[in-house]
Amino acid sequence: MSARRGFIRLLVAAGWLTVAAVSSAAAAPKVHTIVVADMAYGPAPADVHVGDTVRWVNNDMFRHTATARDGSFDLDMKPKASAETVVKKAGTINVYCRFHPGMKQTLTVK
Amino acid sequence: MFKHLGLVAALAIAVPAVVSAQAQKPTDPQIAHIAYTAGAIDVAAGEQALAKSQNADVRAFAEEMVRDHKAVNDQALALVKKLGVTPQDNPTSQALTKQAEAKRAELAKLSGPAFDKAYVANEVAYHKTVNGALSGTLIPDASNAELKSLLQTGLKLFQEHEMHAEHLMGGLK
Repeated sequence: MSARRGFIRLLVAAGWLTVAAVSSAAAAPKVHTIVVADMAYGPAPADVHVGDTVRWVNNDMFRHTATARDGSFDLDMKPKASAETVVKKAGTINVYCRFHPGMKQTLTVK
Repeated sequence: MFKHLGLVAALAIAVPAVVSAQAQKPTDPQIAHIAYTAGAIDVAAGEQALAKSQNADVRAFAEEMVRDHKAVNDQALALVKKLGVTPQDNPTSQALTKQAEAKRAELAKLSGPAFDKAYVANEVAYHKTVNGALSGTLIPDASNAELKSLLQTGLKLFQEHEMHAEHLMGGLK
């Protein structure tokens, strides 16, 4: 029992070491904030990398969404609420509001 | 198509009527009243659609109309309170209300897809007309910067709704 527990501890410790090694190799993930106001998305952040978090803060009086055309996320935000997603792959993501489709934004993920 | 002409004509006549009747621009209290009335009419139309329509897309659209126009009207009420302005009734607001009542009665007689089409078609026409009034008269004539800014947000909202209604209309054929 105790030998087995020791083995598990070793595995857990090894796991942590691996995670630490991987995350120190890449840049630490960042959080990018986009403010939504007056029926428009604020400027798209530059320098978004895979693994970063993109957060929309809805400062508008209206409910909006930040919806990816490729279906990778669909964030629904009531007025004064925020929502976020972790971007998982590099490329261009076209984002729009399902309620107000004229609201559009292009995110570039490196 | 003829069904919408009444409201379009009323607005086309009524908006300039405020100007010509008084030989001057509409005042901010009148503009606030017109904008609020235009929003309240669309909230009522959305509520009528929610009570009558079984179409999921039409219902989602109607929910959006109710939600967005209530939000902008709440903001308008907060603004007039802050500015110490009392919205003032006027011929444009009265014409809008009268036409909306007629349209409401007309739509009340319809049901199913016929209602859906008539409601959405009217939403297209109504938003188009209000957009014209906002950009042509109400925004340029508003004196207070905060009122002007709220009307500009209202215009963006109405334009989005018009696009959404047109898109929805295309899917209802």
